[in-house]
Amino acid sequence: MKTEEVANLTERHLKAGDGLISILEDIQGKHGYLPEEALREVAEQTGRSLVDIYGVATFYRAFSLTPRGRHLIAVCSGTACHVRGGPRVIKEIEQQLGISAGETTPDREFTLETVACLGACALGPVVVIDGHYLTKVETTKVKGIIEQARKGLDKVEVKGDERVFPIEVSCPRCNHSLIRSDVLLDGIPAIRVTVAFDHKHGWLSISSLYGSYTVSSKHHIPEDTIVDFFCPHCHAELLGGTMCPECGAPMVPMIVRGGGIVQICSRRGCKGHMLDISGTNL
Amino acid sequence: MINLTINGLPVSVEEGSTLLEAAQFLGFPIPTLCHMEGLTPYGACRLCVVEIGEGKRSKLVTSCTYPAEEGLKVRTASARVVRARKMIIELLLASCPQSKTIQDIAAAHDVRQQRFKQEYEDCILCGLCVRMCEEQMMAKAIGFRGRGEKRSIGTPFDVKSDACRFCGGCMYVCPVVELRCTYNEPEKAICGACANLSPPCLEKEQFDDMMCYMDPCVACEIKTD
Repeated sequence: MKTEEVANLTERHLKAGDGLISILEDIQGKHGYLPEEALREVAEQTGRSLVDIYGVATFYRAFSLTPRGRHLIAVCSGTACHVRGGPRVIKEIEQQLGISAGETTPDREFTLETVACLGACALGPVVVIDGHYLTKVETTKVKGIIEQARKGLDKVEVKGDERVFPIEVSCPRCNHSLIRSDVLLDGIPAIRVTVAFDHKHGWLSISSLYGSYTVSSKHHIPEDTIVDFFCPHCHAELLGGTMCPECGAPMVPMIVRGGGIVQICSRRGCKGHMLDISGTNL
Repeated sequence: MINLTINGLPVSVEEGSTLLEAAQFLGFPIPTLCHMEGLTPYGACRLCVVEIGEGKRSKLVTSCTYPAEEGLKVRTASARVVRARKMIIELLLASCPQSKTIQDIAAAHDVRQQRFKQEYEDCILCGLCVRMCEEQMMAKAIGFRGRGEKRSIGTPFDVKSDACRFCGGCMYVCPVVELRCTYNEPEKAICGACANLSPPCLEKEQFDDMMCYMDPCVACEIKTD
């Protein structure tokens, strides 16, 4: 964790008038835990004493001062889940991972936690892995769930998920289609644009499935880089003047065939996007 | 000025003063543990409970944090107050029986034994040291950490804080003298005043450069846990 990184992040939050918890949440989100140097830097930047920040960081369960695993497994141990077999599920997961609740596996893959109640009592026992809610979990399913989590539950199931659908887009200036039938991502023709960042210039393919975040590019684009997008046909920069609601970077507009505009965030790693199909002549 | 009645006696106090101050002005004894003049009232120990209001609407409040109200009727030693206070003393004894301060309060209130599982905590989380450090010493070196049963007082990350000046104020105000002396764990040391002052109740050969200043001198007791 670089101290300048924390300093920038803290400054951004302070400018926005955010409180301490937002800052800590951001650091926790980026690193999975709150490193000591980061807390010291936050103390310096905010002008608060380290004791206050440490007090907040240790008070809330959402914050962790020790590195957590890549996957967070939270098992409900509330009353309803308890009577529906929650303890058996916890025990099974503990056995499978070889750790007890509250610990992280030595390979930093999994962190197991218990939570008091998730509010889905009728669906118990509830297990949450990386934000995915699994309901009516049985001990026999545990092994499969862990395997699936290891592969990554965040991978969008292209076929089964109704929120994912293909869109065809074109350049807002020359109206040439940006879809290249010979470039496949997620198994279907992908969007191809030209990008420039950091004195580098090359192609970038974006999955044309709305809801999928699969990309591939000529140059490796580091996380957090803001990239300039260009149309590969008319070479105009794709700029709309809208800012990403998630991170504040400029949004890249593209015309959706059939009417409407889809805008994606130009920051690598940010999932900010907008689909606007209102106010257009279909 | 605000007029109120304490144990039937009328009293006028300045606006903003607490029930505890009003009662002390009249000379009614109210035991306190987490209260100290010069520090913000905190209401942690609950020893200073008094009964306010009348009949069915009467309730127990901590006098150290409750501001005086016009026409308020306060009872500092009603049966309900005494019962509640005894219970609190028993609970304090259950967690920290070795504290001289708590023992004295128990003796003064005729509490001879407690009915709970005996524990030997070294902190009652009264927060006196935290407030002392912040408000009088302007250091903010120690504070509360964690929550629930894991709540504790100490420096961030359990290492000596840069803000700490070894003033020893926290040890001075502590009713259970938890932070007495951490000479045996120098990296966590909060005080260290004993190293600067003379003289010594310590065995020279054991801790040759450490001396203590506590009065009565108990700083050299070794924590056995």
